[in-house]
Amino acid sequence: MVKIIFIDSAGQSREVQGEEGSTVMETALKSSVPGIEAECGGACACATCHVYVDDAWVEKLPKAQSMEEDMLDFAFDVRPNSRLSCQIRVRAEIDGLIVHTPERQG
Amino acid sequence: MSEIIKTDALIVGAGPVGLFAVFELGLLDIKAHVLDILPMAGGQCAELYPEKPIYDIPGFPVVTGQGLVDNLIKQIEPFSPTFHFNEMVTALEPVGTPEAPLFRVTTDSDLVFEAKIVIIAAGGGSFQPKKPPLAGIEQYEGTSVFYAVRKMETFRGRRVLIVGGGDSALDWALNLQPVAERVILMHRRDDFRAAPHSVNAMRELVAEKKMDFVLGQVSALKGEIGMLSAAVIRGADNANFDLPCNAMLPFFGLTMKLGPIADWGLNLNENLIPVDTEKFETNVPGIFAIGDINTYPGKLKLILSGFHEGALAAQKAHRYVYPDKKLLFQYTTSSSSLQKKLGVN
Repeated sequence: MVKIIFIDSAGQSREVQGEEGSTVMETALKSSVPGIEAECGGACACATCHVYVDDAWVEKLPKAQSMEEDMLDFAFDVRPNSRLSCQIRVRAEIDGLIVHTPERQG
Repeated sequence: MSEIIKTDALIVGAGPVGLFAVFELGLLDIKAHVLDILPMAGGQCAELYPEKPIYDIPGFPVVTGQGLVDNLIKQIEPFSPTFHFNEMVTALEPVGTPEAPLFRVTTDSDLVFEAKIVIIAAGGGSFQPKKPPLAGIEQYEGTSVFYAVRKMETFRGRRVLIVGGGDSALDWALNLQPVAERVILMHRRDDFRAAPHSVNAMRELVAEKKMDFVLGQVSALKGEIGMLSAAVIRGADNANFDLPCNAMLPFFGLTMKLGPIADWGLNLNENLIPVDTEKFETNVPGIFAIGDINTYPGKLKLILSGFHEGALAAQKAHRYVYPDKKLLFQYTTSSSSLQKKLGVN
């Protein structure tokens, strides 16, 4: 299992375990982490699983593909560290990943 | 009031489950009209994931969202359903009796239906434009902030801020440019999802100083009640500045909202419609709910569950539509009367 830490907009931190091969979005839903809606169920079609990747981790993740960049157009308050959590794969290399959930999903 | 359209069944939602309900009703000689808020059939399959593979449709090892929709449309062709797109049902009122239900259904463009039974196959609700989560945006909606262009004249002589990078944003930027005092297009990046020829046309207008393009995102709105005066923009350099404008068109895609269904007198449970698992009927006799919109013990939000639900709902629907006829259970493989309906025999 891979450790992922979600920090909400109020600063509350939740540490959960993700299964390798699943996605950060699925991990959040499985562990009932608030702040991730994932309206489309992971099809990269809704931008309601928007997260801000902690600065220390931005470079360690594979870059967003163009489909994800396109879909981020539908999110609000998009920043350079914005990602869609359905497109971040859980792998051993990201053990300890920290992501921040936005105040509101679109 | 426009002329009343009379039908046996009215299906609210043209997603896969609504489409297949046409088939199951059709086998039982029940004619259906189908409504959807989207401009085409297919619901989420067509709007959210037309190109994505689906692996759990029985008999299809893999099929795309659009592929499934295309096949369903072909499958229901023999029953020639009447589709009404770009229509949102606003009101549903019972005008019959519990034994002989009849419903008057009105849409946002004032179509009026009279249906013996109604099947709600509305999935996650109706697709509606996403509203930016900006403080106080509601006070400008309908006067300064619009999520769609109904009449171009609304924008004549105004400073219109159009936000987004897809076809809606670019098309309206180009179309409103001759009408508005000024069109300002804003997008978070210098890449666009819109068709390349519209992007080129936009860039030409910007080069000719007939339109502005601003990189940034709206972070707040300023103005008096009902009248926007400026948008606060967080620019590419992260600094905020005021951008004067008196109309705004944000295009951030669609989201699913339950919408007016909440006002139809149906029992709801966390935005889902509870049904029984024999007939998939709601608390109102003659109104059925199938697919993702319903809930019951053990419910799975799978397309295949919705197909099953439609088949069972159709059985009960037959009793309402043909109270005097006995329903004989038949198979399409062997029944010549079903095959005749399907046009294969």
